[in-house]
Amino acid sequence: MVIDLDKCTGCQACVVACRQENNIPALGEKGAKLGRAKFWMNLISEVKGSYPDVEMRFFPIPCMHCDRPPCTKVCPVAATYKNPEGIVAQVYPRCIGVRMCIANCPYTVRYFNWHEPTWPEEYEIGLNPDVYKRRKGITEKCNFCIQRIRKARMVAKKEKRKIREGEVVPACVETCPSEALFFGDLNDPKSQVSRLSKSRRAFRLMEDLGTEPKVYYLKEGEWYDG
Amino acid sequence: MTDSEATAQKYAPILAPLTKAGWPFWLVTILLSAIVLWSVFTFSWQYVWGLGETGMGHPVSWAFYLVNFVFFIGISHAGALVSAVLRITHARWGTPFGRAAEAVTVFALAAGPTNILFDLGRSIRFYWVAIHAQFKSPLLWDFTCIMTYFIVSNIFLYVLMVPDIALLRDRMPGRRWFYKPLSLGWNGTEKQWLSLGKIIGFLCIAVIPVAVSVHTVVSWVFGMQTQPMWHSSIFAPYFVTGAIFSGIATIIIVTIALRRVYHLEQYMKPYHLNNLGLLLLVFTLLWFYFTFTEHLVAGYGGDSFELAVLWSKLTGEFAPLFWTMVTLCFVIPFPILVFRRTVPGLLIASISIVIGMWLERFLIIIPSFCQPRLPYLRGAYMPSWVEWSMTAGLFAGFSLAFVLFSKFFPVISIWETEKEDREKEKID
Repeated sequence: MVIDLDKCTGCQACVVACRQENNIPALGEKGAKLGRAKFWMNLISEVKGSYPDVEMRFFPIPCMHCDRPPCTKVCPVAATYKNPEGIVAQVYPRCIGVRMCIANCPYTVRYFNWHEPTWPEEYEIGLNPDVYKRRKGITEKCNFCIQRIRKARMVAKKEKRKIREGEVVPACVETCPSEALFFGDLNDPKSQVSRLSKSRRAFRLMEDLGTEPKVYYLKEGEWYDG
Repeated sequence: MTDSEATAQKYAPILAPLTKAGWPFWLVTILLSAIVLWSVFTFSWQYVWGLGETGMGHPVSWAFYLVNFVFFIGISHAGALVSAVLRITHARWGTPFGRAAEAVTVFALAAGPTNILFDLGRSIRFYWVAIHAQFKSPLLWDFTCIMTYFIVSNIFLYVLMVPDIALLRDRMPGRRWFYKPLSLGWNGTEKQWLSLGKIIGFLCIAVIPVAVSVHTVVSWVFGMQTQPMWHSSIFAPYFVTGAIFSGIATIIIVTIALRRVYHLEQYMKPYHLNNLGLLLLVFTLLWFYFTFTEHLVAGYGGDSFELAVLWSKLTGEFAPLFWTMVTLCFVIPFPILVFRRTVPGLLIASISIVIGMWLERFLIIIPSFCQPRLPYLRGAYMPSWVEWSMTAGLFAGFSLAFVLFSKFFPVISIWETEKEDREKEKID
């Protein structure tokens, strides 16, 4: 995935689309205060400087799907793993809720189900049937809308071909009104994401940790972490 | 045995607690049981409603339970280790509190890992760690080491009790049904003594590496992670030192309590406690050395993520707790242990160390969570009634186990005291 920070307007459409697609329950004000709000796609905003010289930065943060994920190796029951496509996936029925993966994620993008998930009654009907409703006591995370990728793969397999460029995109990418998000095969040197990832503007978060994230950010000028 | 009556009479003060139970015993037992039952209720509550009933969230997703886990495993350390080392080196002054120390190990080791059960999202599936083992996870190493240590220390406590159980079997006909199967047909023949000696020799050596491995691996649960201030190579020896430190302090508290409650002053003499105090002094200095090194290296390194955690401990939101810890673990006990190793002095020093070491575990775990690498996601933690109740329940359960143990088994090893007595006579 490539995220162009110069194009991002901070509209939070990706956050909302992600919640819709992946059946993420709203926890309300109380849950948010305890830091239990779940954002598989999170939008972080930061105000720099003071009036009149103010700069506001937005910065969407999904799971980085590291190529060398620190979270998978600490799981004692192998409930999380890097699948052959490179997605760091969570096996919900296997997870026993140790939360060591959460502790070891330097990007803090893994979320835990502290309670049973609930939705407003009128909303229940709109839940995505392709996605699990995660029960209490297990960990969950962004999986690049793996249900969509699976569907596309099945279709491609039937037609005996590879998944085409642009055939499948996660909900956040699909919805982004300013087209700041890109999704595709980084292994294919001709794909758009692969070309963008080699851009002079490209960088990744905390590269010094050696996690090899597969989410690239594009930004003109210097980037500083904090 | 012909002289069982004579032995029993000679050591009547040690056997007295087994036969008599006054109102203080019942009061304490009922009180502690009530607290334990309350924590059972709390756990059911949390099990039904989810871990959300605790104060945990993001980014602090491990909290009190992990603190208690590390703390109790730490306490469990000194018992078997100290008693094994003293036996191997034939240090006689360990005999009067050897039994108590081994029991501390077993009970603390029962209390510690229970916390992991509380902490799991799906506690009922804890055995999956064994079934679906993923060998790269430090938690699996933990599971293996702790289970091994638990089994070895149980055997250690039990084997060393067999001759005493046989004595009880002969002296207490009312409880024969209980002691007879446990005594394994012990009747003090030459052959039995010989094999007992061999087994003890083997166990003493076996328990040392197992004990060291346990806290090493517990430290790796943190040390192997990328969180700031955790990824440190001295974590393993730091944890082991801290563990033995808090463990010795607990043994002193337990010894002083037993001595006072059961009037065992003639066996547990100030001389024994003084030696224990000296051992504690060594570990006070070691603890200070490790703590100093750990923080100095992190501070000098100047990594911005580590500094954020470090300053939150030294001057930030955790500063009051941090400096309380330093006071309790070093400033208060150090002068006492140097100048005044009297019984009340040792008691004060030990209690202060135990509280301080609990804080130390807290300060290793929580501040790192509060300051993750991405500064936008920082947060705080406040425990809820659930965590407080479970913690109270653990401490109550630990004490209750001790109270009950002392009513069924002699808290001082009679056969070892007797052996020493005879050897002393021989010399005279």
